[in-house]
Amino acid sequence: MKKRKIIEENFFKYFLAFFTYSLIVILFFIVFEIAKKGVPALSWEMMTEVPKGGFYFGKEGGIYNAIIGSLYLALGASILSIAVSLPVALFINISLVRHVKIQNTIRLIFDLLWGVPPIVYGAFAFSIMIILGLKASLLAGILTIAFLIMPVMIRAMDEVFKNIPMGLLESTLSLGATRFEVAGIFFRQALPGIATAFLLGFAKGIGDTAAVLFTAGYTDYVPESLGEPAATLPLAIFYQLSSPIEEVKARAYAAAVVLTLFILVISIISRYLSSKVSKNTVT
Amino acid sequence: MSFPSEVLHLDLKKSDDSKNAQAESILKISNLDVFHNDHHILKKINLNIPKGKITAFLGPSGCGKTTLLKAINRLTDLHNGMKVTGSIQLTGKEILNGNNDLPDLRQKMGLLSQRPFPLPMNIFDNVAFGLKIQGVKNKSEISDKVEFHLKQVALWDEVKDRLKSPATKLSIGQQQRLCLARGLAVNPEVILADEPTSALDPTSSRKIEEQFLELKKSYTIILVTHILRQTVRLADNIVFMYLGEVIEQGTPYDIFQNPQSDILKNYLNDGH
Repeated sequence: MKKRKIIEENFFKYFLAFFTYSLIVILFFIVFEIAKKGVPALSWEMMTEVPKGGFYFGKEGGIYNAIIGSLYLALGASILSIAVSLPVALFINISLVRHVKIQNTIRLIFDLLWGVPPIVYGAFAFSIMIILGLKASLLAGILTIAFLIMPVMIRAMDEVFKNIPMGLLESTLSLGATRFEVAGIFFRQALPGIATAFLLGFAKGIGDTAAVLFTAGYTDYVPESLGEPAATLPLAIFYQLSSPIEEVKARAYAAAVVLTLFILVISIISRYLSSKVSKNTVT
Repeated sequence: MSFPSEVLHLDLKKSDDSKNAQAESILKISNLDVFHNDHHILKKINLNIPKGKITAFLGPSGCGKTTLLKAINRLTDLHNGMKVTGSIQLTGKEILNGNNDLPDLRQKMGLLSQRPFPLPMNIFDNVAFGLKIQGVKNKSEISDKVEFHLKQVALWDEVKDRLKSPATKLSIGQQQRLCLARGLAVNPEVILADEPTSALDPTSSRKIEEQFLELKKSYTIILVTHILRQTVRLADNIVFMYLGEVIEQGTPYDIFQNPQSDILKNYLNDGH
């Protein structure tokens, strides 16, 4: 009996460890492959110059257009999205506090929207653009990405608001606070969580390819207005990777290194913010 | 059989009786029923809460005392499936009809919960918050009032040098006094205290109790508790509840020296 328990215990321990470490090894393998192929092609010139003549045949130029395009798109979309998502998350948790069924239905809807593939968002936005006679542009890309990341932001903030103790809501209301004033308290209480939700959305937005394929287009230039098309890092990777020329492929990997670094930095910041509970937060 | 009051070493005087009978009532609860889905939590409650006194809702856990407290400032509205019928009148004005100005109503009834929930801001702003949402803009008026209310709960000397530090840095006893000061700052008529000392150490509990005795000179206090000794120390009027019903109501003398029902007699015998 005792021996069986020891075997069971060890089996369970190594079983779990096997899957966990396997995944980590695979991730490191991917990162290693990208770095091995991409880092040699990485240069200051590549980061700071737009594609020049012959770039797509392996000659001079860089992916500055895609770096800036991606930042514009992800930042614009994140700001737009949080402006809509924050009121939605507050509404679910303050105004609907006693309507648990409605709350859960709304949560389910956003979970479903979260699961809709980005290409569907892209195609849907594209069909609207055709109806309105609009061309692929930075603005169209920002709008599409904003809708794509809204469910992520709403649900991430919703989880943070949901964990605010009921007693804080009751105490605030008992001081004669209106719902708007309660929202102010919730905002302060949940600030680290809101920042995390913003960065989660940003990371999803900057890494997405399909939604911007039809909507933001692609260009070798840095967009100077919202009406111009914008290049993005994921598309830069996609186009260059399909080239038969080795130098171009290497640059695709270099672009992937840049994108991975962006996401790494964002993840570290968001982990830091969510672990560092605001000094004033009540638990 | 010895009376519970003897076991508790209480010095109860019958003269309390006449005082309560004369006291004007601030809250009048009639035929109050509260349902949570199919569960009948409060059953036909009829009560008068005397003004300027400490009324204790006494009873075992789950008897509905906290629900009754929350129905009084309509925090029951926040709970899914909660239905409240009957009448609660605050100085003659009906609370339970739907078209009340809820923020105004709740401001008249300060809440002190089981454990403190300071607002996510510094000590000063915690007390100032209520004043600000009431529209007080004058900075010197705000800081005078913050100081006054922090002194009122005997917290000023402990925090005057760190008013800008987060309220969460205070000990739990200090936080509870801060929450009391925060509630007093909006000038309520009634203080609803839901087992306010249950999370506190004996010293902090004693401080809160001392403040209650002081505060009853200017406010009506409703105290939810299951601590018999606390009830004896503080209450002028006791409402004993059991399974959603008011079993007995009276002065400490009535309740402890002369309990009528078997339920109350058993509760008192279990409690000492």
